Amino acid sequence: MSKSLPADSVGLVTPQSIHFTEPLPLASGRMLDSYTLMYESYGELNASKSNAVLICHALSGHHHAAGYHSPDDRKPGWWDSYIGPGKPIDTNKFFVVALNNIGGCHGSTGPSSINPATGKPWGPDFPKLRVRDWVSSQAALADKLGIDVWAAVIGGSLGGMQAMRWALEYPDRVRHCVVIASAMKLTAQNIAFNETARQAIIADPNFLGGRYLEHNTLPRDGLSVARMIGHITYLSDYAMGKKFGRDLRSGSFELGIDEPIEFQIESYLRYQGDTFANTFDANSYLLITKALDYFDLAREYNDDPVAAFSQAKAKFLVISFSTDWRFSPERSREIVNALMGANKAVSYADIESNFGHDAFLLPNARYQQVFSRYLAGIDTE
Amino acid sequence: MRIDLNEIQHWIAQGSRILDLGCGDGTLLKFLIDNKQVEGYGLEFGADEINACIEKGLNVIEQNLDRGLGNFADNSFDTVLMTQALQTLHYPHLVLDEMLRVGKECIVTFPNFGHWKARWYLATHGRMPVSDLLPYEWYDTPNIHFCTFKDFEVLCREKNIRVIHRQVVNEQSPAFLKEIAPNLFGETAIYHLSK
Repeated sequence: MSKSLPADSVGLVTPQSIHFTEPLPLASGRMLDSYTLMYESYGELNASKSNAVLICHALSGHHHAAGYHSPDDRKPGWWDSYIGPGKPIDTNKFFVVALNNIGGCHGSTGPSSINPATGKPWGPDFPKLRVRDWVSSQAALADKLGIDVWAAVIGGSLGGMQAMRWALEYPDRVRHCVVIASAMKLTAQNIAFNETARQAIIADPNFLGGRYLEHNTLPRDGLSVARMIGHITYLSDYAMGKKFGRDLRSGSFELGIDEPIEFQIESYLRYQGDTFANTFDANSYLLITKALDYFDLAREYNDDPVAAFSQAKAKFLVISFSTDWRFSPERSREIVNALMGANKAVSYADIESNFGHDAFLLPNARYQQVFSRYLAGIDTE
Repeated sequence: MRIDLNEIQHWIAQGSRILDLGCGDGTLLKFLIDNKQVEGYGLEFGADEINACIEKGLNVIEQNLDRGLGNFADNSFDTVLMTQALQTLHYPHLVLDEMLRVGKECIVTFPNFGHWKARWYLATHGRMPVSDLLPYEWYDTPNIHFCTFKDFEVLCREKNIRVIHRQVVNEQSPAFLKEIAPNLFGETAIYHLSK
C-alpha cells in the first residue's frame, strides 16, 4: 500500500481503547473486576445517535475491520470489502463500531494481559467466556459511546452468534440483526475440528499448561497446526484446487530423485500457520474456540429456537454461502425457519460462491447487492 | 398490477398471515401489506427478484419450491398464495398438497392453456403457442407443466380439494365470453381453495 488509499476506503484509522472499572459479571459465575476494550470506529455518529452499527468479529478477528493504520499498510482491516463509503455497510450513512472482544489478544483484556491480582499474565487462569459475555461487554461499550440502540448488529460466523445473542438479550437495543454464515449451535463435526486444533496447541512442548508467557516461550508449532486445521475448514475443495492445485513448490515427481517434494498448498498452510502463531495468543485460541463450541442459542429456552427468537424485536437478514461446509446453508435455514416460526421479520439469501466459509469476507456481486439493499433500507432517522 | 393480482385481494382477510410462493419482485405482497395490512413472507428463488423484494423492505426467503414446504408447520398461515408459478414446478400436484397443509386457505393462479388463442395457435401453426402471456419458446420456457381450466378442476376433484371461488380473467377480451366458456375464453385462471 502506498500513499494514496482507495477512494472507497475509510482511510487511515486509529484504534482506541476504553477501560472499564465497573465489574463485568460472567456467565461462568466469575467476575471480571476491570477490563479494557480495544475498538475502532468509522463514519460519524449522528445527532440522534440512531445510525450506529456494531460489527462482531469471528474467531481470529479483532477491532481492525476497515481502513489502514498507516499509509504503508500492505492490507486493510479484515472486512474492508464491506465497510466504507458506498460499500454495503456505508460509512456515509452509518457510524460503524468494531471491537476486539475480551479474551482476545489484540489489545482487549485477555489471557495474555496481566492479572492485577498476581501481577503475572492471566494465562490459563483467565475466566472461561461465553458468547453472552462478549455481548454484555459490548453493551457496556455501547453505554460508554452513548448508543442506546444499534441500528444494526452485524456478524459473520462466530460474529453472527453474537449478533443473534444481542437480539435475544437486548431486544430493545437492536433494530436490525444481520447474521452471515453462522449457526444456532455447532455440529459435532465442527466441535471435532475445534478440539483437534486445541489438542495440537496443548500437545506443544512449549505450551507448559498454558503458562508459556511466564516461561518466556510460545507454543508456536501447536498454534500453527491449529490454524492450519481451521484454515482448511474455511476453504472449499474448489478454492484450494483453483489456487494451488497439485503444483509443486519444490522437488519433482521424477523417480530416483531424493529431493523432498513440497506442494504449494503445504507451504501456503505452513505460512498461514506460522504468521498466525506469531500474532495470536494460544490461550485466546483455546478460550474462543470453547465459547464457540458451547454456544447454543436455544439451550435456555427448552431447546426451542422458536421460543428463543420470540424474545427478539429486531428485523433479521440471514445470509449463507453455497459451498460453506463449516457453517452450511442448512444451518442458516434453521435460523430462518425458527425466525419465521416466531413470526419475526426476516429475509434470507443463499449466495452462490465457490469459496467455502471464507466467502463471507470476499467480494461477491450478489452478496454485495443483498447486503447493500438491506442496509440501505434501514431507517436512521 | 396484473389483473389476477387485483382480483386476489378480495379473498384476503384484513391483517391475515400470508405466505406468497414464488413472490417474484414482491409486487403483490407489498400491495397486500399496504392495503390489507397482512403480514408474512415471500418465497423466491431468483436473485434479481430477491433483491427487488429486499429493496421494497419485504420479508423474502430464498427457497426452491420444488423441495417442498417441509420447513412450515401445518396451518401456520391464513392464506398461501401462488400466482403464475404452478406451471413452473416439477411436481405441481405435490406443492398444491403442501400449500393446503401449510395454509388454511390457498389461492392459485395460472395461465389457462385451454384459451382459444393457444388452441388456435397449435391448430393452425402446429407449434407450441407463443403469445404476450406466454412469450417463451418451448425449449427455454420456465413453464414446464401447462394445464387448462378443466385439467385443474379434475385435479381438485381427485384430491377432494374444496373450491371456494373460481374465476377466469382476461386482460382484453370481452367479459361475457369468459362467463359462457371459461376454458375457451379465460386467459388466467384464479382458484381460491381449501381442504
